[in-house]
This record gives sequence, structure tokens and C-alpha cells, in this order.
Amino acid sequence: MEDFTLLFFRVTLVTAFLAAAAYMVHFVAQGKQVRTIARVLMILSGVLQSGYIVLGFAIAGHTPLTSQHDAVVFFAWSTSIAYLSFRWRYSVKNFGTPVSLMIFLLLLVASFSHKSFAPLPPALQSVWLPIHGGVSLVAYGFLTLAFCGSLMYLLLERELKSKRFGYFFARFPSLGALDQLNHHCLLAGFAFLTVGIVTGSLWARQAWGTYWQWDPKETWSLITWCVYLVQLHQRLTVGWRGKKAAAMSVLGFIGVLFTLWGVTYLLGGVHSYAR
Amino acid sequence: MPAEKLLLLGVNHKTTPLAVRERIALSGGYEQPLATVKGLPGVKECYLLSTCNRVELLLVMEPDSGVEERVVEFLFSGRVAIAEADQYLYRHYGRAAVQHLFKVAASLDSMVVGEAQILGQLKEAYRHAARNGTTGPLLNKLLHKAFSVAKRVRTETAIGSSAVSISYAAVQLAKKIFGHLRGRRVLLIGAGEMAELAAEHLVGQGVDEVVVANRTLARAVALARRFSGRAVSMEELVAQLQHVDIVISSTGSPDLVLRRDEVKSVMRRRMNSPLFFIDIAVPRDLDPELITLDNVYLYDIDDLTSVVEINKSERDREAVKAGRIVEEETLKFMNWYGGVAVTPTIQALKRKLDDIASQELERTLAKMPGLGEAERQQLARMTDAMVAKILHDPLMYLKSESCAGRDRSDAKITLVREVFGLGSDDHEA
Repeated sequence: MEDFTLLFFRVTLVTAFLAAAAYMVHFVAQGKQVRTIARVLMILSGVLQSGYIVLGFAIAGHTPLTSQHDAVVFFAWSTSIAYLSFRWRYSVKNFGTPVSLMIFLLLLVASFSHKSFAPLPPALQSVWLPIHGGVSLVAYGFLTLAFCGSLMYLLLERELKSKRFGYFFARFPSLGALDQLNHHCLLAGFAFLTVGIVTGSLWARQAWGTYWQWDPKETWSLITWCVYLVQLHQRLTVGWRGKKAAAMSVLGFIGVLFTLWGVTYLLGGVHSYAR
Repeated sequence: MPAEKLLLLGVNHKTTPLAVRERIALSGGYEQPLATVKGLPGVKECYLLSTCNRVELLLVMEPDSGVEERVVEFLFSGRVAIAEADQYLYRHYGRAAVQHLFKVAASLDSMVVGEAQILGQLKEAYRHAARNGTTGPLLNKLLHKAFSVAKRVRTETAIGSSAVSISYAAVQLAKKIFGHLRGRRVLLIGAGEMAELAAEHLVGQGVDEVVVANRTLARAVALARRFSGRAVSMEELVAQLQHVDIVISSTGSPDLVLRRDEVKSVMRRRMNSPLFFIDIAVPRDLDPELITLDNVYLYDIDDLTSVVEINKSERDREAVKAGRIVEEETLKFMNWYGGVAVTPTIQALKRKLDDIASQELERTLAKMPGLGEAERQQLARMTDAMVAKILHDPLMYLKSESCAGRDRSDAKITLVREVFGLGSDDHEA
């Protein structure tokens, strides 16, 4: 079974790579055929990631979230789902390129740590695990999209302001579309993040008898949450948008990454993944 | 000589300065000049195109009828000396005329290559010519072909997608900033021609409202009415900034019209929603420091020109493709044209021999009243066979050239017509 799981993961990884490569080719050459291929590969990659998670669930008997490998795969899957859910409603020119690259990179990171087949420690055997862990990682998925959109915004804005219309000018979507995308992804990501933190707190009350115990991961997700809260507040009250909002999204995403990895590797605590 | 000649002559923005074109421009509409040209002896078909960038006449004429010079005289009608006119005028014959027409239709000869307007102007001109009956079978075919060439170029190349002009560049930048332009509002500061053109482009892209501010309010009102917008005075400028998204400034003012601090104060009230400024005035109207404000984008005429340059290089690649299509279609048309010139000659030749045969047969039969029906039919069959055999070689001679170049087929047609004494009357059969 372990061999089959590994094979399945590799196929998923290769598909994600091909999707990213096809999007890259499309980005450079702007051909319509390549775009169609890239889209199909992207959807296929999303389906395979879903399949891999279902497979993990079938083997372990619980949602695979507890190891570094599983969490990062779930993160990649959330990003795919967030992207496809957006793609369904409106398209943003060439947005697939950075997102497919992010998904591939996440899966690549996951490939460096092995899938754990060890039984779940008793503290984690709870219905809260998929709710708290899953929702938090779905939030990360949307925040990843906001990050990608923000990077594109910053690059394009720089070209427009410096009046040197180069490579990105022809290829990127409009600033308006990127800003709107950032806004939507931020709203969705922030909502999921809030639910993730609240459910985590409820679970902590149930498991340890206290809502909040300043575990490093709790602290850092609170900091990240505050960064997004400030951005959202400013946007809704004084119309912070564009460059400032994009810069804040990038900052928030660094917080996300630190919460995910920095905490595990540098600070430890109850959220550290079994490695 | 039997074959008619195709001639295209005219002036355009490349060969002729505006001052001269103005004197040629036919202001009285198409009807009168078309009738005049058609009335000239030796003109069989004619068509006239007159736009602000070009005046072109396309003629099917009798060769050596001297009509060419009379047409030139008519075109300049004494307003420009003929000697001077010759340096501006281009004349294309036959194949070159076809190619030029196709190029014009495909917008490869336009000032703004790839712009779509010219095809509409061409169709309009053709409607006039057709309604006045000045076009015939050849020009009808040729112009319809020109329309389809233009369509083919448009669908098979991207030449129209990056049309090159300042106002197009403005629209492109606006789209890069806002996405789509539906529901956006434009403020024109100064009611100059360039601003008007840019506004027209923006309205074409779905811009919602046009507000015009001008020193003389009357001009502002007139321009605003054109776009069914509203006019405001220059004093209200800063207040108006709160409600618009795109500002095009083109006043003749020697000083700045808007300063950074004024715009900065507005941005807060706008909830930072983006403002896009285009300064096409020389000297500039807008504070160059505006660009340092967040969510404010400012471009002057030079910046727009650099966008145009990007589009140009892209478009040049497409123009090569379009040129190849024109070349190909010209060749196809000339092959068809060569074919039709041969056909009437063949028909005339056949008719002539058939006439001779039937006349002679009748005369002979009249002298031989004693012949029975069977003998009469034998004789008729004999003359038919003789005609067919005599015709065989000249027909082969004529037909062999229908896929060769036009010039050789001309010479052959001439030879056959002269040898058999075919008048030019038969030619249009």
C-alpha cells in the first residue's frame, strides 16, 4: 500500500509540474492551444490531489493533516480548489501561471518529507482535527491566491508608474482586476482563517481545558490574522487598495508561511508536525 | 488594341502634403465627379474614393485614348499646376493597381495601419459608384474582391488588434489600469481636437459619461453635447475630480492646471479609487509630481508615444503576414482577369466564323434548288466541321496563355483580333 501511495503522489507531483510548465509556456508565447492544455492539466492536478487526500483518509482512517507532508499536500490542494473555484466565476488573465507554480512548489516541498503511516496520537483523535486543520489550510489556499495576485499587482504597478512598458505590461491582467481578485481572496481567506482560529480555540478548551495557551503557533497565527485584519479594516474604511493592500498581502503571506514552517522548525510547541 | 486597361491614380498622405490634398478634396460629394469622369471618352468604368487621407480614382479605360491626361486634369482642375501635380500623383496599371487597391482595403496603406475605418469608406464609395452606374463587370468584381481581401486580412492576422495611435494608446493604458471601461467617467480639460478624439475612443469602449471643462464655456457646452455629457467651468475642476476616473487635459495654458496637493486632497475623498491622467498639452497642464501619489497614474504625450512604439513593432510583424495575403489575392485576381479577357475574344472569333459559314451556306443553297433535305444537311455539317477545324488552332493559341502573365495574353489577344479582323465592338459581348 505504501508503494502505491508513493506512486500516486509522484504522479500528482509530475502533473502539477506539467501544469506549471504549460502555464509558463503559455505565459511566454501566449498561445491559445497551450492555454487549453494548461487548464486541463491544472484541473487534472486538482483531481489527483483530491484523490491523494481521499486515499490518505482511507488508509489512516482520519483526515491526513498531522504530518508535515500531509499538511503541505493539503495546503496545495486548498490552493488548487481556491483557484478553480475562482476560475469558475471569473477569469483573470494569466493568473494560472503563478498559482500553478505555487502549487507545484508546495507539492515539491511535501515530497521532501515522507508520508507518516504512524497511528494518530490520542490528543489528535477528534472530530475537531479535520475542522480546525482543514479550515485553516483552506484559508491558506485563498491567502496564497491573494499573495500571487499581489505580487503581480506590484510588478505591473511598477511598470505603469515608471512608464517603461515591458514584458509584464502585455501579459498581466489589469490593475483593477488584480486588486479585485486580491480583495475577494482576502475576504474569503480571512473568513476561513477566523473560523480556523476559533475552532482551534474551542478544541483547545475541550482537549486541554483552556481556550488559549500562547502556543507559538497560536501566537503567530494571531499575528498573521491581525495583519489581514488591519488591511481589511483599512480597505473598508479609508479605501486602502492597490499598492498598499498588495504589500500588506505579501506581508501577511510571509506570516502564513512562518506560522506553517517557522513555528514547526524554529519554535516547536504542540502544533509541531511529526517529522 | 482590344484589351482595356486598369488604371489607379491618386494622391495620399504619403505622397502629398495636406495643403495640396485640401485643394483636391472633392467636397461636393461623389455624384458629380463620378458623372464627369464617366463622361470622358475612353472611360468604360470608374470608381472614386475620397477620404481625408487620400483621393483615388480607379478606371477601366480604352488604352491609348488619351483619357489618362484628361482625368489628371479633371482631378486637379486647374487648382494645382499639372507639372507640380505629377510629383504627387501615383499611377498604377493592371496588376499594380489591383495590389494597391487591396492594400488600401486591408488598411496597410493607412496612416494608422490596421485601423478599420477605411474599409467602411471604401464600401461607401463603392455604393455611390454602383448607384450611379459607373462601375461595370470588372470593377464590381474587383471591389468585391477587395472587401473580401480586407476581411481575410482582418481574420487571419492580428493587424487590427494593436492599431497605432495616441488615442488608442490612451484606451489601452486605461484598460490596463481599470480593466474594462464600462461605467467610468471622463473629464476633458480643454476642448481640443486631440482630447475630442481620445474621448471618442473612450466612449466607444463603454465609458459612461463625459464631462468637459473649458475656459470658454460655450465650446465646452458644444463638445459636451456631442457626447451627451455635461459642461463645467474651470473653477469646478478640483471638485469634479471626485466623480471622474479618467482625465484628459489639453489646454493651451502656459501654467499647470492641476497640482499635486489639489489631487492629493481629492484622493482621500475618492476612497483612493484610481485616477488616470493623460496630459496631451504642450506645455504640460498637469503637475508631473502627480505620479508620486498612490493610485494616481499620469502620462504625457511622450509616454503615450512609447506605448505606440510597442504596438508598432507588434503590428509590423502582422503587416508582413497581411502583405503576403494581399500578394496572393492579387495573383488570384489577375489570373481570373486574364481568363475573362480571353473569353470574349474566343466568343467573337467563333461568332464571326459561324456567321461566315451560315451566310455562305445559305447563298450556295439558294443556287442549288434541286437538293434534297439529306444533301442540305450534309453540306451544313461540312461547313460546321470546317469552322471547327479552322477555329482549333487559334483557340489553342489563346487558351494556352490563360495561366500566363497578363502582358503576354494581351499581345496574343491583339494578334488574334487583328488577324481575324475582330472589331472592338464585339469585345464587350
